[in-house]
Amino acid sequence: MTEDTPSAARARRGRAKPAEAPAEQHPSGDDRFAVIDKHLKRGRYAQDQLIETLHVAQDVFGYLDDGILIYVARALRLPPSMVYGVATFYQLFTFDPPGEHTCTVCTGTACFVKGADDIVAAVAAAYEVPAGETTEDGMLTLKTARCLGSCGLAPVVLLDGEVKGREGVEQVLTGLEEILVPEPVGAGAEGGES
Amino acid sequence: MAAPIDLHEVAQREHEARSRYPWRIKACGSTACLSAGSAATISALEQTIETSDLALDAVVIPTGCMGLCSRGPLVRVLRRGGDETMYKNVNDEVAIEIVRSHIRNHEPVEESVLNTEIPFFAAQERIVLANGGIIDPDRIEGYVAHGGYLALEKAITEMTPEAVVEEVRASGLRGRGGAGYPTGSKWGLLAKSEGDEKYVVANGDEGDPGAYMDRTVMEDDPHRLIEGIAIAAYATGASKAYIYVRAEYPRAVERLDRAIRVARRNRLLGRRILDTEFSLDVEVRIGAGAFVCGEETALLASIEGRRGIPRLRPPYPTERGLWGKPTMINNVETLANIPAIITKGADWFSSIGTPSSPGTKVFALAGDLVNIGLIEVPMGITLRTIIEDVGGGIPDGGTFKAAQTGGPSGGCIPAEFLDTPVDYDSLRQLGSIMGSGGLIVMDDTQRMPDVAKFFMEFCMDESCGKCTPCRAGTVQIHGLLERICGGEGTFTDLRHLEQLCATVRDTSLCGLGQSAPNPVLSTLQYFGKEYEDLIAIHGVTGAKEAADA
Repeated sequence: MTEDTPSAARARRGRAKPAEAPAEQHPSGDDRFAVIDKHLKRGRYAQDQLIETLHVAQDVFGYLDDGILIYVARALRLPPSMVYGVATFYQLFTFDPPGEHTCTVCTGTACFVKGADDIVAAVAAAYEVPAGETTEDGMLTLKTARCLGSCGLAPVVLLDGEVKGREGVEQVLTGLEEILVPEPVGAGAEGGES
Repeated sequence: MAAPIDLHEVAQREHEARSRYPWRIKACGSTACLSAGSAATISALEQTIETSDLALDAVVIPTGCMGLCSRGPLVRVLRRGGDETMYKNVNDEVAIEIVRSHIRNHEPVEESVLNTEIPFFAAQERIVLANGGIIDPDRIEGYVAHGGYLALEKAITEMTPEAVVEEVRASGLRGRGGAGYPTGSKWGLLAKSEGDEKYVVANGDEGDPGAYMDRTVMEDDPHRLIEGIAIAAYATGASKAYIYVRAEYPRAVERLDRAIRVARRNRLLGRRILDTEFSLDVEVRIGAGAFVCGEETALLASIEGRRGIPRLRPPYPTERGLWGKPTMINNVETLANIPAIITKGADWFSSIGTPSSPGTKVFALAGDLVNIGLIEVPMGITLRTIIEDVGGGIPDGGTFKAAQTGGPSGGCIPAEFLDTPVDYDSLRQLGSIMGSGGLIVMDDTQRMPDVAKFFMEFCMDESCGKCTPCRAGTVQIHGLLERICGGEGTFTDLRHLEQLCATVRDTSLCGLGQSAPNPVLSTLQYFGKEYEDLIAIHGVTGAKEAADA
C-alpha cells in the first residue's frame, strides 16, 4: 500500500502525458497549471468542484501556496477568501513543501493502544521535528495519520509510503536511518538491476 | 442506447466459466492484506502456476476482505465441486508451496492451513460482507453471479416505490452510521417531500480511527452499494445520488468510479435503467480530511465544495439538503443491507438480530485481541461472545479491561457488562453507542484516563469551530485531562472535568460536540478510581482542597 490519493493517480496520468497543449499557458511557464486546467474543464468549472480541484493542485505541486489558491479562485470565479477558507479547513491540504522523505505514524485507536504515541515522540526527539512538520534541512517530514485501516498490523508506520507493521520504536528509528542515509556515489551502478 | 444487461444470462455464463478450472485460488487483495504483502502473494501464485504448467488447472482470483486481517495475507483454495482450504500468513514462499504441493500433488500445506471451524468464522452471519473473499470486486459478473442486481430488477419492475419503502420499513433496518434512526422512516420522509429534484447521498466518510467497515464495502463490493443506492433513489423519487468518500480511501474511490462506469454501460445506472422509466446518476465526491463531515449537514456542505461546517436542524436534509433540495443521507453499510432485504424480504431480515435492532452489524475488531479483523455478527450477540469467542480473547494471558465502541463519540465498557447484548439501546444505556462499528479491546496495561485524553485530543483537533461549547470546551477538557494524566491534577480539576463534560454534551450544536465527552464520562463512570488515584498520588494540594471543601 502506498500513500496515495485518487487525484494523485489522476494527476500522475496527467503528468505522464501532458497531451494537448493548454490553450493558454500560465504566465510563469509552469505547465503543471495545465493539469489543473484540464481538471477544471472536465468539471465544467462548477464551483462545487473546489475541493476536488484543490486535491489535483496539491498532487501536482506537492502543496498549495497563495499563487495556486488564487489561480484556482479565479478559474472557479470564487472569492480568494473562500478558497483559502476551504483549503485551510481540511486537514489533507498542506501549505509547505514536503520533505525529501516522509515518516507517517498511524495514530488511530488500535495503533494508540499498541503504543503509537511512543513512536511519534521518539522520532520527534531523534530528528528534532514536531509531528506535522519538516526538518530544517528538508530531509524528513514527520506526519501522523488518523487511521490507515490496517489495524491487524498495529502499530503501523509508513516510511516513504512503504507499510511497516507491528513496529517497535527501535525498528522505526533504524528504518529511518536507512532511508535517510545518503546514497553512496556509484551505488546505483554497482548494486543496480543490471 | 445499448441493451440492458441480461442478469440471468451473465450469471449463468459466470457459473460455467467457474467450473472450467479444477482449482480456484482466491487471494485477499483487500487493504489490510495488501499491507501485509498480498500483492507479492498473488504474483507468486500466478507465476508458479505458469511455470509449473498448471495454467489450465488453476486460476487466481483477487478478492475482497476475508475478515481475519491479523493472519493475512489470506488465501482460499477451492477444488471443483468439493472442499475448500483456507491458508493464513501466505507470503510468497508459502504461495509457491501451495501451488506445488496442494494444486499439483493434492497435498495441502498443513502448517499454513487456517482452521475455519473456529468461532471467528462460525459465529458470523454475513449479509453486508457476503461477497468478501468470494468475488473479484472489479468484475460486475462476479457480483451478478451471486445474485447481484436482482433486487434492483425486482424493485423497479415488480414493486411500486411505496412498496419498496414499506418493505424497508417492515424490515426494521436502522441506520448503521451509529445513531440508529429507522431507515424506512427516513426513506418515507424523502418520498413524501415535494421537489422537482431530490438527492440520495451515501455517507462513506468513515472517520472513527480504527474502523474500516464502510471502506471494505466500497472497495470490495462496490456494486452492492450502487445497487442499494439505486433502490433507495427509486423508492424516494431521487434522480441523482452522491457517494461521499474520505480522501484517505483512494482505492475505494477508484473502485467506485469504475463500478459506476460499468453499471452505466450495462444500463443499471444512467437513463432508463433496465428499460424502465427510472433514471439515476451517481457521482463520487471526495472529502479532504475532516471528521465532522460525517455529520450529515456538514457532509452536505462539503459536497457543495464548502467548509464542512454543520448547521442547526431542523430543517432536516429531507426537507432542505443539497442546494436547498430534499436530500437523504444513508450510511454505506445501511445501503449495503438493502439488496438482501428486497430479494429475501423484510420477514427474513427481521428474523435476524433482535426485535428492536434487526439484522447484523459489521465491526472492526482491534486492539489487545488474538483475532483482529472485520466481522459481521447478528445484533443481540453479547460483547463476551464477540471478544472471547470471535476475537479469541486477550493474547499472552492478559486480562480484559475495557471494550471501546463508537470511537471518539462512544464509550468504554468494563468487564462487568460483557454479557450485554450488542444493540443500539443496550449500548446507549451503558453510556456508549453502537457507533459505526469500531470495537477496540484493551487489556489491563491501558490507563483509562490516557484513553480518554487520546479521544479528546482527536475531538479537539476535529472540532469545526462553529459553536463555542465544542470549540473551547474540548480544548479545556483536554487541558484538564493532560494535567490529570501528567500527575498534576487536583480534585477541583476532576470536578470541573465532570461539569464541563456535561456542558459540552448538552449545549453543542452537532453530534460531534454532543458526543465528544462520552469517552471521558464513561471512563469516569466505570474507571473513576483511576482518575482519583492519579490525583491522590500527585495532587496533594487538590486532595487538601477537597478535604477543606
